[in-house]
Amino acid sequence: MGEGKIIVWEQIRENRAKSMVLVAAMAGVLLVIGYFLGLAFFGSAIGGLVMALVIWGIMTAVAFFQGDNIFLAMSKAKKIERDDHPRLYNIVEEMKIASGLEHMPAIYIIDDPAMNAFATGRDPKRASVAVTSGLLQKLNRDELQGVIGHELAHIKNRDVLLMTLCGILLGTIVMISWYMMHMLFWGGTFGGRRSSGGGGGGHLIVLVIGLALMILAPIFARLIYFAISRKREYLADASSAQYTRYPEGLASALEKLGGSTVQLQSANQALAPMYITNPFRRKGMAASDLSSTHPPISERVRILRSMGGGASFADYDNAYAKVHKGGGSVIPASALASAGAVGLRAAEPEPSKLERTREVSDLMWRQNNYKTINCDCGTKLKVPPKFKRANVKCPHCGRIHSI
Amino acid sequence: MTAVYVIIGIAVLLIIWLVIIYNGLVRLRNQVKNAWSQIDVQLKRRHDLIPNLVNTVKGYAAHERETLEGVTNARNLAQAAIGSGVAAQAKAEGELSGFLSRLLAVSESYPDLKANQNFLALQEELSSTENRIAFSRQFYNDSVMGFNNKIHMLPSNIIAGMFRFKEGEFFEIETPAEREVPQVSFG
Repeated sequence: MGEGKIIVWEQIRENRAKSMVLVAAMAGVLLVIGYFLGLAFFGSAIGGLVMALVIWGIMTAVAFFQGDNIFLAMSKAKKIERDDHPRLYNIVEEMKIASGLEHMPAIYIIDDPAMNAFATGRDPKRASVAVTSGLLQKLNRDELQGVIGHELAHIKNRDVLLMTLCGILLGTIVMISWYMMHMLFWGGTFGGRRSSGGGGGGHLIVLVIGLALMILAPIFARLIYFAISRKREYLADASSAQYTRYPEGLASALEKLGGSTVQLQSANQALAPMYITNPFRRKGMAASDLSSTHPPISERVRILRSMGGGASFADYDNAYAKVHKGGGSVIPASALASAGAVGLRAAEPEPSKLERTREVSDLMWRQNNYKTINCDCGTKLKVPPKFKRANVKCPHCGRIHSI
Repeated sequence: MTAVYVIIGIAVLLIIWLVIIYNGLVRLRNQVKNAWSQIDVQLKRRHDLIPNLVNTVKGYAAHERETLEGVTNARNLAQAAIGSGVAAQAKAEGELSGFLSRLLAVSESYPDLKANQNFLALQEELSSTENRIAFSRQFYNDSVMGFNNKIHMLPSNIIAGMFRFKEGEFFEIETPAEREVPQVSFG
């Protein structure tokens, strides 16, 4: 049994300290870029700084207060209630209890055959999880529980806020660099003319540094961002194993997700770290790929399967070291310090695949405001919301139903 | 004069430190309490589900009377045990768990029952409830361990002793099978 609150508390504290350093580093990059932007193009370093900060401030404010709504709307996610899909609701509530979250997250469904899930919301009081209908249909109860455990771990570990803020910083840096690049090629001469009174050589140096920055800053910021994102993925996997006491559930879910070739239609670049697997994944990604928000699926599966009969953070860390033969550690030391042994539980009985498919398709019909009528001959009639007539005839047996 | 300020400063720091540790202990104790009430909520959910489950099974497997009665009795005993302390409640719930798993095992041999929509929904509710109980117990025990560690470890144990913080009690569910293991004595 792990030392629940202490572990989580230490993690959150460590997470906060880490995010401070990260946000500070990225903010530093942003300020340097703004500084050179002003120096090179406006003739005033302060002007550039102010502009960079204003852009960043507005984007952060929007993301902080409306980010989750924007993401959910862009993903075309629809909110569901308990009766729409009791099993999904139950699983989310089970994981809410296991993780010790105080508030029940809102649950959303995305009508998409691709298999994916994400969490959003700036703090645990205002959190949402969204799953695709494809995921709901293809995963059994244990697998779905593993995925939901992973998503709630993102909420519990405050990853959503951290990664959203970092994503916004990254976006601002990329955007400003892009504009600088354009101004350099299309309007660079204006800057040159303005400062022609002073030493032209000094200006050239500023331009060269600016050019180097424009190319390097977005790359640098991306690498920090991806590195942090991958660390958070490992921690969320480890937390999911600890919550469910059943690492095989998540492992087998990840395997199914990895095997699926359907791409998510409404995926969002900025939200990529919040998905269970990278929605922009390319086939055959190398194990040491630095340009991904997620570690390779095969590696995550191997770690989960090497946990050797335990479900604690220590078991996960050992498994990570085993899979990476050189050793190494992904779980914060403070979280490992006092973690005891955590035992496993047995598998749940598997619900039939046909039934799951039927459940999900019924749910999606209801979500689109179709009315369902059960005919006595066993046929289920789906009446579209635009249907105007008062009666409908069953195509199988010819019985007339009133709507 | 400076010496006085230094002493006052140290005293203030000491008090702040005491307050932080005390508040930390109170926070953990409240967490244990909350975790316990979460278990209670889930246990009540289980008790409420059972009459419905028994009625549904009765319709298809009436001659499993012994098992059905066993479940109903165990449920009533578990309900009566509420508020009689962690150990007594855990014992009653353990017994109920044993009867419930026997009931579900028995229902495996009735295909009509297994195809019943109501039974399937109940089975999902029941397995979710069992999970919730297990998960809330897991979280409760983790919280108790965190709290107890603080009570016993320096320096918080000094403050815990001063304000008489009492150790939390673990919720261990004994299953009947485990208790039936014969006692070996080397007397």
